[in-house]
Amino acid sequence: MSRRRWLGLAVLLIVLLCVPLVVHSDYLLNVADIAGIYAIAVLGLGILLGFAGQLSLAQAAFFGIGAYASGYMTVHWGWPVLPSMAVATVFSGLIGLGLGWPCLRLSGHYLALATIGFGIITQLVLINWTSVTNGSDGMTGIPPPSIGPFTLATYGQYYYLVLASLALCAYVAWRIKSTRPGRALQAIRENELAASATGIDPTRYKIVAFVLAGAYAGLAGSLLAHSIKFLSPDSYSFDQSVIFLVMLIVGGSGSIGGAVLGAVLLTFLPEALRPLKTSYIMVYGAAVIAMIIFMPRGLAGLLSAALGRDAATAARPLANPAQPAEAKGA
Amino acid sequence: MNAADAQAARESGFLQIRGLLKRFGGITAVNALDMTVRDGDVHGLIGPNGSGKTTTLNIISGLYRVDGGSITFDGTELVGRPAHAIARLGVARTFQNIRLFAQLGALENVMIGRHVRTRVGFLGAMLPFGAPAREERATREYAYDLLTFVGLERMAGKVARSLPYGDQRRLEIARALASEPRLLLLDEPAAGMNPTETDALVTLLRRIRDRGTTLLLIEHDMNLVMTVCDRITVLNFGQHIAEGTAAEIARNPDVITAYLGGAIDAA
Repeated sequence: MSRRRWLGLAVLLIVLLCVPLVVHSDYLLNVADIAGIYAIAVLGLGILLGFAGQLSLAQAAFFGIGAYASGYMTVHWGWPVLPSMAVATVFSGLIGLGLGWPCLRLSGHYLALATIGFGIITQLVLINWTSVTNGSDGMTGIPPPSIGPFTLATYGQYYYLVLASLALCAYVAWRIKSTRPGRALQAIRENELAASATGIDPTRYKIVAFVLAGAYAGLAGSLLAHSIKFLSPDSYSFDQSVIFLVMLIVGGSGSIGGAVLGAVLLTFLPEALRPLKTSYIMVYGAAVIAMIIFMPRGLAGLLSAALGRDAATAARPLANPAQPAEAKGA
Repeated sequence: MNAADAQAARESGFLQIRGLLKRFGGITAVNALDMTVRDGDVHGLIGPNGSGKTTTLNIISGLYRVDGGSITFDGTELVGRPAHAIARLGVARTFQNIRLFAQLGALENVMIGRHVRTRVGFLGAMLPFGAPAREERATREYAYDLLTFVGLERMAGKVARSLPYGDQRRLEIARALASEPRLLLLDEPAAGMNPTETDALVTLLRRIRDRGTTLLLIEHDMNLVMTVCDRITVLNFGQHIAEGTAAEIARNPDVITAYLGGAIDAA
């Protein structure tokens, strides 16, 4: 990455770190926490779909598995929160392995259908396995995380846990994308036959992508569990998987910044449309359609095009004597 | 190994195909094919359309399963191994209908070609310094050198899809060379090239052979085949009908029959 991009990233991080100091609304901070949590799940989908080209509509299922796993360990076993979250992340990744393995022979629509099936099964399990999940009544009494004697009790404090997790996840995704394993994933996306003739084992790489997508969603789910402290199976439906997919596509599916932007934008948009009451979903839907039509490469594509144009226009005045800047200097 | 042994090994075949059989439904695409490619040769595989040339190449590189026969490469059986394992053994290829990683950069395409010669995995990738970063730099430099070797260094940053057709063919060759193959399979490398590009290709193929890579190529451009190939195998209806040097092939009556359809009297 160029020095300019590093600088931009550092500034962005500082701004993000300051958010809870400036924003005091619990409501807004809660939405910000959710946005960050969704961004992690969308990043995971970005590795699977954006990098490896494997379409999964089960991301909400892994989100739910992570949420319930972490909730269960803390509520029923009395485990501390942070280790539970770590275990829930690993557990979701392993379930991802369980989904990825049998789905390896599938691609395109068939893969999408299989993952939809997995999502529906997962939700049915969450509803009906009442001894573990408490069924439709939901799981309650989930504790907030604490670090030593310090408990993350407010949304503002929780924000930092979400931000740190998101930064870590974005870092991992960025490292993968810009190195050998990420190139192998993209090669599989671009042309699986050529990838295997190049010595890449598509099976192995696709499985790792499924595991990573599952783990990302699991971490996001466990973060959600200890933020809202109440779990109900209807939050982990097929609809939620579609929302994650839309966030990724609107953001720009191969891009890390795009995945995060898409998640943040589409988390805040419904909140901003709240004054429209029930008709908000219509406007929301229209906005999403418009974004997909007018930004085929997503927000990331739009931004890079805008930045590219900026660079070009910044260079032009030097060559063009008619520019006012030049005239002023003369 | 003394010189006589080395010569014997060379004669017995670097790539040896015996009794190869491949059916698609009721059609026998490759029928009991025997063929030998010697180490260090440029070996041509020619024949009329539908004679099983591409099928043979696809079998060697592990993209098709066979219905019988054996292929040994430097003593190792290839039949039954997956494509990626065959690539790892040192067999690389290009495709008749170019198969680049279209949305990735030219340089990245070649870097991906380096996959089997590099090691960094998902864990190593997390380190932005140290050995993984060194490997990444070395891969980039190696890929850039290969782009220069095929004359595409100015295209390094371009998206593969945006390159002109002839350049895409050369990029595919560079990607294949990145794995440092001992055997390179080329499926119609001159297809769609103009005469100037074809001349440049002839030079490139010779330089590749001089690096120590054995070449097996399918080509319809007879001029190219006769110019660069040390030996030629002719297929018809999935069967081997002739094998020899360009001069031998040119006057083989079976070959003339296969190409011109029907017997002709020697003038």
